[in-house]
Amino acid sequence: MLKNKRKPESEIPTSSMADIAFLLLVFFLVTTTIDQDKGVPLTLPEISEEPPQKLEKDRVLDILIANSGKIMINEQVLSQRNQLRSEVRNSLEELGRDQDGKYKKIVSIKTQAQTMYDDYIYVLDQVKMAGATKISIAEPEE
Amino acid sequence: MQIEKKSEVKAEISTASMPDIVFMLLIFFMVVTTFKQFDGLPVRIPDAESTQKIEAGKRDIAYIWVDKANRRMLDDQFVAIEDLSPLVYSKRTANPKLVIALKADQNAHMKSITDVQQELRKAYALRVNYSTRTK
Repeated sequence: MLKNKRKPESEIPTSSMADIAFLLLVFFLVTTTIDQDKGVPLTLPEISEEPPQKLEKDRVLDILIANSGKIMINEQVLSQRNQLRSEVRNSLEELGRDQDGKYKKIVSIKTQAQTMYDDYIYVLDQVKMAGATKISIAEPEE
Repeated sequence: MQIEKKSEVKAEISTASMPDIVFMLLIFFMVVTTFKQFDGLPVRIPDAESTQKIEAGKRDIAYIWVDKANRRMLDDQFVAIEDLSPLVYSKRTANPKLVIALKADQNAHMKSITDVQQELRKAYALRVNYSTRTK
């Protein structure tokens, strides 16, 4: 009598599935970069048709960064850079805070064409660290 | 009388669900991964104490590089200053949550930075983030 023909196996081997998945997993683990972008946020003002409203002098703290990196607060040259934060803080305290707990005074930062970006970030950083929230970026002087 | 042998206790950890776990992890990493598409210009970004994380997903960030030679790059291409605002504007229309990460060199002049900022204002891309390193 003839032996029964063995049925051909028609299964896909799945034992290596885990290996394949592991391989892909390792690939994605290695290629994923979790590093986050960091920086100092700032919202630019909208371009408006109407001329900017003039604010009273005592509501604004003017900071000018000259080409040389010298910092001027309300047209007075700051002799030492590290005084900036306390100077800004003192000036902010003069006007006090509004009902949201934010300082009322607006800090306006002006630069010149040849001012280094590094100096600008230094000033912006110090102003932020002093607690100012209303920061305006003035258009540079030519 | 012969005492029946105790059956040996099986001490194997079940590995049957292993592929499922691995697949789950795999899918997580596949979804989370965004490939770095470009390296940009070689710039040395400044330090700042008030550095904080950008409150936006990677897909909502457009990068602008400015180096000290006043070359500009938007994401992966060099752009002339007059082309910047239309390009940014189309990006902003496609994604209103757009945040601009400005990666400018420490020694760049403010002229180049303010030029870029003027173009961004024209394109209504007002959320800017100066990329800095933690001091």
